[in-house]
Parts: sequence; structure tokens; C-alpha cells
Amino acid sequence: MTTETEGGTTTLHLILAWGFVGIPLTLGVIETLLNALKLFQ
Amino acid sequence: MSLLSFLDRKHTIAKPGFSRWMVPPAALCVHLCIGQAYAFSVFNLPMTKLIGITKSAPDDWKLTELGWIFSLGIFFLGVSAALLGRWVEEGGPRRAMFTAALCWAGGFMLSAIGVYLHTLWLIYIGYGVLGGFGLGIGYISPVSTLIKWFPDRPGMATGMAIMGFGGGAFIASPLSVWLMGKFATPAHVGVAETFIVMGAIYFVFMMVGAAIVRVPAPGWKPAGYVEAEQPQKLITIHNVFVYEAVKTPQFWLIWWVLCLNVTAGIGVLGQASAMSQEMFPGHVTAVAAAGFVGLMSLFNMGGRFFWASMSDYLGRKNTYFVFFTLGTALYAFVPYTGAVGSVTLFVLAYAVIFSMYGGGFATVPAYLRDIFGTRYVGAIHGMLLTAWSAAGIFGPVLVNYIREYNVTHGVAKAQAYNITMYLMAALLVVGFFCNLFVRAVNERHYMKEDAAAAKAMAE
Repeated sequence: MTTETEGGTTTLHLILAWGFVGIPLTLGVIETLLNALKLFQ
Repeated sequence: MSLLSFLDRKHTIAKPGFSRWMVPPAALCVHLCIGQAYAFSVFNLPMTKLIGITKSAPDDWKLTELGWIFSLGIFFLGVSAALLGRWVEEGGPRRAMFTAALCWAGGFMLSAIGVYLHTLWLIYIGYGVLGGFGLGIGYISPVSTLIKWFPDRPGMATGMAIMGFGGGAFIASPLSVWLMGKFATPAHVGVAETFIVMGAIYFVFMMVGAAIVRVPAPGWKPAGYVEAEQPQKLITIHNVFVYEAVKTPQFWLIWWVLCLNVTAGIGVLGQASAMSQEMFPGHVTAVAAAGFVGLMSLFNMGGRFFWASMSDYLGRKNTYFVFFTLGTALYAFVPYTGAVGSVTLFVLAYAVIFSMYGGGFATVPAYLRDIFGTRYVGAIHGMLLTAWSAAGIFGPVLVNYIREYNVTHGVAKAQAYNITMYLMAALLVVGFFCNLFVRAVNERHYMKEDAAAAKAMAE
């Protein structure tokens, strides 16, 4: 992956792109997981 | 650069140095947005109180009328994916993603007007038809692009995108509830404003995906990847044209493989809450049942990435063999969990079942790529999604009617699902045999230049 990121795509690009989709998805998963815990209470 | 030229396929060709790992987030930008469809039900109850506000007034819409919005959306997902697959494939991912963003956001805006004017048919056309086209075009738009960028891991690549479709509801559901809470007043439920804001957010999100997506330059290969020169047993190096593919038995066998796998899962998905409460009366409360549904949705999403990635190692056919054998055993096992009153075993069985339900969706694009080649895989996948539409009818109908029949014939509610489970297991046995009969495509179906190359190779 290092060679592929030379020139065009930087590590910052990758962090921003993955963060843009990853953060809302993670927050949504955590919210669902907290609700799911009620099954075991 | 004009907008039309920006959308053009040739302007999406990656320059040297572009990382292929930028493409999965681009695909997720689209799939996370259109995955909202699974969370549309959060609007159902508030939309039955648009006039009455605290409770339904006589002129308010009924739940049965509102149920058609989602059904229309899924129906037009299948229709648009089947009709526009070739257009998506030949025009490139950026044009498709832009069109999907326009349709999806436009559907929300039109629905907001429908809520504001209290005109239900505007919502049918907005979310159902226009939004349905956004769903279909958006769903297939990144598939072939991902497969071309990840020839070494096609299952993992498409699994990531299709996982996003399963995960979209996790974002949409709390976001919708939060927005409605913000816009609600004592005289207003806030649905129209929520639709406008969500439409705007989704448009921006999907356009980010359209902006960063790229197709690989002709002849590009990942570092260290050596393309097979000879077709392997079930992985072709040739291409089959989309309308030729539907003439092959392989297409219809895989159509049934997907349809049966989805039928079994979708049937119990809609009934998961009621089933868990009725099979374990007194043990599983309504709140716990909602938690169970959420947990199953997580396994549905996780299974999309896990199983599709596993298929790169197991092979596509073997992965479906796992779904059908393990699925049959687990469906047959569920009544036993009810008989012994084990909620834990019940949850574990369903966790695996739902992971394989999601896995079935996510593994099929790579299966199609193996059988029909890369060139028209997105369009062929679009055609295959009609299996999903069909399963969306078969599954819930089977589960609901069989349960109803049992209950009216005196079967206790706790046992009413047993026959359904055995029937689902039987459906998976049929799916096993459909998968068993999948063979490599006859070379007469290859595209002309591929057929000539195959003949020369044989001589």
C-alpha cells in the first residue's frame, strides 16, 4: 500500500475518507449495541 | 470542467499514485445513505399522527397505507437495478452515484412536500419511485468498480460496500429520531423538516463518494498480483454480455441461490421481535425483543463483510454450501431451543443465521464475477437483484401465513413457528442443490473477442 499512496493519495486522504464513513457508522453501531444489551438485562 | 464532463467515465480514470483503498469509502458513502431504507419504519408511527399530533385523527394515514412506501422503494430498487444496470456499467461509477444522489435526495424532498401537503401519493412517487431508483442505481454503482480495483480480493471489496447498506440503518434510525425531536412542536411532528435535512445530508454524503471514486486505468493491476492465464474451475477469465448472461442456466441457478437464501432470512427478520417473545413467553420482554432485533441487524451487517471476505479463501460455491448446510441445521435446531427454553441458544442460532443472510447478499457479486467475468458484472448483478424483490414477497408471506394457520388450528403460540423453521430449512436444502449444479459457463456465451481468444487458447 505504501507504494500506491506515493504521489496521488496521501495518508491524510485515506484517514479523512475512512473517517468520513467510519465515524458515523461506529457511532451507529455503538448505539445499536447499547440497545441490544437490554436483551441480556 | 463542466458537470457533464466531470461525471464522464474518462475523467474518473485514476492517475498513477491513486490508492485503491480510497474506493471502498467512496462506495460506503453511497451504501450507508441508501441503507436508510431499512430504518424507514421509524417514520411510520409519527406519520400516522400528522393531523392528530398526539394520537391518530380520522383523516390521518393508516399504517397499512404507509407500509406501501417501503414496499414501493424495494420494488423500484429491483426494477431500476435490472433496467439500468448496463447504463450504470457503461457510464461509469461517478455518473451513476451522482444520479443515485439526485434520485435519493429528490425522493426525500418530494416526500417532504407530500407530508407538508398531506398528500400520500406524492410520498409514494417521492420515496417509493424516485427514491427506489436511487436505491437501485446506488446499490449497483460501485460493485464492478470495486471488483476491478480488487481482483485479488473481490469478495472482501464488495463485502465492504454491501456491509454499508446493512449499516445505514444504524445511522439513520437515531438520526431520524433525533431530528424529529428537534423539529417537533406541540402542533407539529417534524417529519417534513426531517426529510428535508436528511435529503440534504444524504446528497452531500453521496456526492463526496462520487467525487472520490475512480476507475483503474486500463491494464492496471495491484502490486504483486498475477492474473491467471487459464480459467480456473469456476473462475473465468472471459466476459459474458449482460443480456447473454440471463440466457444461461448459471444465472438462474444463482438467482435461486440468492432468492432462497434471502427468503429464509427475510421471512424471520420481519418477525424476529414477535417470534422471540412468543417462543419465550415471560422471558423475553418487548424491550428485550427490540434489543434482539438490533443484535440480529449487527450480525446481518457483520456477516456481509465476514462471509464475503471468507469467500476469497473458501471459494464462492463453497461459501454458499456453508450457508445452506449450516443454515439448514440451525433452522432445524431453533424449535429445540424453544422446547428447552434456552434464550441463549436461540440468540446464538439466529446470530449465525443472520450473519449468513447478510453474507448471501455480499458474496453474490463476486460469485457473478467468477462465473461471468468482470466486464458486465454490475449490470448482471442488477438483473439478479430481482431475486431479492421476489424473496421480499415469498419470505414474509410464508412466515406470516404458516404462523396464522397454526394459531387458528389450535397450535400454542410458542410452537407456532416450528413448522416455519422446518420449511425454511427445506428451502435451504433446495438452495444447496441449485448451488451444486452451478458449473462454468459454456464458451459460446463469451463475448466475441473473448470467445475467439478462448478458441485460440484451446487450439
